[in-house]
Amino acid sequence: MKQEELNNRLAEIRDKLIGIEQKPNRRIFLLCECENSYAVNKFLFEGLGLRFVIVTGIDSEDCFEILYHYANDETGCFVSIKAFIRDREHPEIESITPMLPAGEWIEREIHDILGIGFRNHPNMRRLILSDDWPEGVYPLRKEVKK
Amino acid sequence: MKKTLRKPVLAVGPFHPLQEEMEFFQLTVDGEIVTDIDVRISYNHRGIEKLSETLQFDQVPFLVSRVCGICSASHPLAYVQAVEEIAGVKLPERARYVRVIINELERIHSHLLWAGLAGHFLGYDTVFMWAWKYREPVLDLLEAITGNRNNYGNVRVGGCREDVPNEIIPKILKELDEIERKTEMLTKAVLDDPVLHARLKGVGVLSKADAVGYAVVGPTARGSGIAIDVRRDDPYAAYGDLDWKVITQTEGDVFAKAVVRLLETFESIKMVRQALRRLPDGPVAVEVKEIPPGEGCGHAEAPRGETFHYVRSDGGNRPIRHKIRAPSYVNVPSFKASCIGQHIADVTLTLAAVDPCYSCTERLAVVDGHSNIIHDYESLLQLSREKTARIKKELGAPEFKLEDL
Repeated sequence: MKQEELNNRLAEIRDKLIGIEQKPNRRIFLLCECENSYAVNKFLFEGLGLRFVIVTGIDSEDCFEILYHYANDETGCFVSIKAFIRDREHPEIESITPMLPAGEWIEREIHDILGIGFRNHPNMRRLILSDDWPEGVYPLRKEVKK
Repeated sequence: MKKTLRKPVLAVGPFHPLQEEMEFFQLTVDGEIVTDIDVRISYNHRGIEKLSETLQFDQVPFLVSRVCGICSASHPLAYVQAVEEIAGVKLPERARYVRVIINELERIHSHLLWAGLAGHFLGYDTVFMWAWKYREPVLDLLEAITGNRNNYGNVRVGGCREDVPNEIIPKILKELDEIERKTEMLTKAVLDDPVLHARLKGVGVLSKADAVGYAVVGPTARGSGIAIDVRRDDPYAAYGDLDWKVITQTEGDVFAKAVVRLLETFESIKMVRQALRRLPDGPVAVEVKEIPPGEGCGHAEAPRGETFHYVRSDGGNRPIRHKIRAPSYVNVPSFKASCIGQHIADVTLTLAAVDPCYSCTERLAVVDGHSNIIHDYESLLQLSREKTARIKKELGAPEFKLEDL
């Protein structure tokens, strides 16, 4: 997909987003609330046919950010969805694994290290942490000492 | 008494010679056929993403070059590209070419390493000896340039740490001719061998649809007919200036992946040669004083596929978040698609065909729930080699090995 077509098609999901950041060097960030993340992911993967790269989970003090990175290999453009989870007590977001098997490991990893719940994940077991790691301690959260 | 049906489970790992680090595959088997696969990883999680938040921007390349010893040029490169994106750094011309030279030499030695291992698993130890012998001079060249055979630590934010000295360019060119000649001989020997055709074709097929669903990258994707390559799609360093092509095969089997890697080695040799001949004069690095607040995505084509780094800065001297995605992280789960329905004798090879990136010790056991038979790694390797020998016999290939002559 050419860059111009990509920009035009992204307008189709504008109502699901709270903002679009266009950065130089072909990097696009789509900002949304966590309730809309599944719909936006589905649009990028199934609607636009972009290649799934990975998910980044970030503890940003007042909220959690879940970044879904996609690549448009025809132009080398990265489209990243930045979903905000405002509820720090019970952080939860819809799993993308039922639609996209490549999401399985990384969602399990983010569950382990940040304590984010992924609704409807088909296989939510530990991936990174060992079996005897204490419950409720999430090593990538900011309160955990380095 | 309630009867439960016990399925035999074949355990591959946690320590296994095909994998440079610990990883545990549990294969559910029905006779000789694999019916399900379950993977456990992270026996040796090093917490590099968390560690990275404690280091300064210019210390991180040395940390991430240790993500993987074999891909120790591509990880730091993806990282510095993310940081350079945040800081808006313009690289000196010479640095762009030096980065290509280091990264393509890395690909040549990595692909030869894989070819040797694949030969070993098949019972073709001559291929193993040849490929690893041809790989040695490549490591020597890397040592001559960066000071290290692996873990080069040669990129830094703003350029490269070590330059390619002009005096050794003729030596590298001469060495490349030699490597090309030998690799050509090896490739022909492999691609013309009827036994290898019979042994590798149709084994461990990853369909194009599965390759998209599992989002695989690198030779694993290109072997399934997906023509993606970061070097062409989002040209970094000096790749945009060079003349080369992306190698793809459509079959998706082990043979296709082998062909992709072998032919790519020649493209890499071509690229190093072009980069050496065009190497511009000048400095190899610019000074980058500070990294402003912001976020950047960097990716580079490692020998196993795209390696992706996401970096966020708050304007301090350390990244506040650094996400790393190595290519094996998406390639390994695709076993679920490529191993099911395969024979046990083919599984080791199918697993090895994506060139999964981990390390060292070995232990591989088959646990049969009914009879408590335990096969160790040796016996599984034996299964793979016996199958090769059987095919050889059927095809009427000579029994002797080259080293017997």
